[in-house]
Amino acid sequence: MELRFTESELAFREEVRAFIAAELPDATRQHLISGKSPTKEMVADWQKKLNKRGWAAPEWPVAHGGPGWSPAQKYIFREELQMWPAPSPLGFNINMCGPVIIEFGTPEQKARFLPRMLNLDDWWCQGFSEPGAGSDLASVMTKAVLENGQWVINGQKTWTTLAQHADWIFVLARTDPAAKKQEGISFLLVDMKTPGVTVRPIITIEGGHEVNEVFFDDVKIPADQLVGQVNKGWDCAKFLLGNERFGQARVGASRERIRRLKTIAKETMDGGRPLIEDPEFRRQVTEMEIELKALEMTVMRVIANETKRAGTGKPDPTTSVLKIKGTEIQQGVSELLMKAAGPYAWVDGDPDAEGTNEWDVAPDWAFGLAGIYFNWRKQSIYGGSNEIQRNIMAKAFLGL
Amino acid sequence: MDFDLNESQSLLQDSVRKSLTAKYGFEHRKAYMASETGWSREMWAQYAELGLLGLPFAEEDGGFGGGPEETMLVAEQMGRHITLEPWFSTVVLGGGFLRHGASVALRQELVPAVASGEALMALAQTERQSRYDLFDVQTTAKKDGDGYVITGRKGMVLHGDTADWFVVSARVSGGQRDKGGIGLFLVAAKTAGVDVRGFRTVDGARAAEVDFTNARTYAVLGEPEGGLPILDRVVDEAIAALAAEAVGAMDVVHNMTLDYMKTRQQFGKIIGTFQALQHRAADMLVALEQSRSMSFFATMAAQGSEPDERRRNMHAVKAQIGRSQRFVGQQSIQLHGGIAMTMEYGAGHYFKRLTVNEATFGDADHHLRALADAGGLLQAA
Repeated sequence: MELRFTESELAFREEVRAFIAAELPDATRQHLISGKSPTKEMVADWQKKLNKRGWAAPEWPVAHGGPGWSPAQKYIFREELQMWPAPSPLGFNINMCGPVIIEFGTPEQKARFLPRMLNLDDWWCQGFSEPGAGSDLASVMTKAVLENGQWVINGQKTWTTLAQHADWIFVLARTDPAAKKQEGISFLLVDMKTPGVTVRPIITIEGGHEVNEVFFDDVKIPADQLVGQVNKGWDCAKFLLGNERFGQARVGASRERIRRLKTIAKETMDGGRPLIEDPEFRRQVTEMEIELKALEMTVMRVIANETKRAGTGKPDPTTSVLKIKGTEIQQGVSELLMKAAGPYAWVDGDPDAEGTNEWDVAPDWAFGLAGIYFNWRKQSIYGGSNEIQRNIMAKAFLGL
Repeated sequence: MDFDLNESQSLLQDSVRKSLTAKYGFEHRKAYMASETGWSREMWAQYAELGLLGLPFAEEDGGFGGGPEETMLVAEQMGRHITLEPWFSTVVLGGGFLRHGASVALRQELVPAVASGEALMALAQTERQSRYDLFDVQTTAKKDGDGYVITGRKGMVLHGDTADWFVVSARVSGGQRDKGGIGLFLVAAKTAGVDVRGFRTVDGARAAEVDFTNARTYAVLGEPEGGLPILDRVVDEAIAALAAEAVGAMDVVHNMTLDYMKTRQQFGKIIGTFQALQHRAADMLVALEQSRSMSFFATMAAQGSEPDERRRNMHAVKAQIGRSQRFVGQQSIQLHGGIAMTMEYGAGHYFKRLTVNEATFGDADHHLRALADAGGLLQAA
């Protein structure tokens, strides 16, 4: 039993920190500290820098451009990015579609798509959810029919994150309407410029444009843009979702937010003294820190198990714990940040908008905090809602 | 980072598990509780034989050189069987004071006696007004010849009714809540001026109210007026052991609850098929797994050499595990329903032990407030 990082892991952390310090533009960092989502250019610029360094895809096999890191190194890398804060490698490319192509794709698909994914020459988005298929993903209705050597796609996707930036979309479509629910689904790759693809923005409650509806109207794609076997797309989907082991814990991101919260609470006055001196407020901050410490150790345990489980394909019972606790903490901290801002949280500032607060109507740090609070309510809904996580735990791990 | 046991740790865990599984079932425990001492001398002898009583001591002192990880493993097994013997008082607390406060000569005298099971120890620290503050001490120690004499009343002395030795916190100088001027003294139970009134605690264990009236000390542990840092350190190590014990007990009572949910029928259905109950059981698992993580953290953090940081970390451990064990304990009763309200069923006994464990050296509220007042775990940025 060795419950600490080794010397070489600590040295690796320094290496990561030094790289971020040298390469990340300060404007990007300040943009993220203020709570805004990174712009497309910021993400692309950073992804190219990571790719140049060989760090674009921590989880990928070395043969396809991965760095060959241990689970602990991957953890350290992810946390350091979140804590700085710096943009993470683009999840759609690196954690979602890329691994599916590596696992199920043909040699031609790998050569065609993977290098461009690494370098963010193509921005991908995920076409899974539909109006009638949210947490119940296998209910997809979008259809694809093979006609004259082409797949013809008709249907609608929704909650498609950052589709407005995307060059490509990976789509779950029903290819055998007669088959049972999970069977008869296929995994298709669609160029967003293909005629018949329409993107319509969905504006979320905080005012941001993050998600979209994507419509497919007789969209024709070549047959070689199907990944894996026809009607076996559910295997790809399960594989993709199963890769999401500890991404949702976001310990580094919460740590960064709590440290920010403490600074704000020191500078904000409440009842004639700094807010941090209010015992009730301080207690609520401390509760978050304590749960985060436990979560951090839980992530370590999952990582340690990861090494042992490699190849067994068995899910880890603690994965759902990471999702539930990770999102509860992030939501809790965003709520405390909003509380800290008090009435100055009320300015309606779309956190993605440019040049906000130029009339100085609120302290800069308070501007947009409410937006994050409202936006982050999504965390316990997406990626398998926290209620779905409890269902999974009950069935898979508790035997109920 | 590596959470796996090495070979000797696996052997240790197996031997404790086997021994307790064979001799610490529900009926055994009931019989031990009803015995004269309120716990089993036979099991105590077995712990000695297994090497558990000498485990954390250095080999040159007559121990087996085990570290905090080994103590964690033993504590978890003790928690799984909610054992009644004075292992925590004698080995974790008493042993901690011997390791961190005793002279070489004193260690060589007492460690072999502890390791063989002959010497039982107890910490006499709590006072009526002190609640969870280790530094709040009215009991006095007055210089008398080459030793000291102790006068004062100590309460909730765990396993005080069978102890051969008391480690007593007493004030040599300063006011009731001064952090300086506190000494730790070893007092033999049979010394004149020591009056012990034993009783059973709600978790089935034993404790005592102990009056010291000009009772002569046998030895000073550490500096006569500088005992508090040692007391803090030993209590921090004890908190790590309590954390592991709580995890063991939570795990058992959670599984007991799941087993019941899989068999009990109501309205013609197995109650484990009801989603409201499934989600509660899942939340119990979240609490348990977070606590297990925190127990590892406790074992690591209790070794910290920087006292303020160590204290902050242990506050976090007690607050997180304290809340979790309260939740898991209460919900195990709720999900069972009426059956768990009976003395004849196991869950209630685990709930009671978890309740006492939570408040030992401070409940979750106490530690949450203490950590908040100390500035929390993370620096502002």
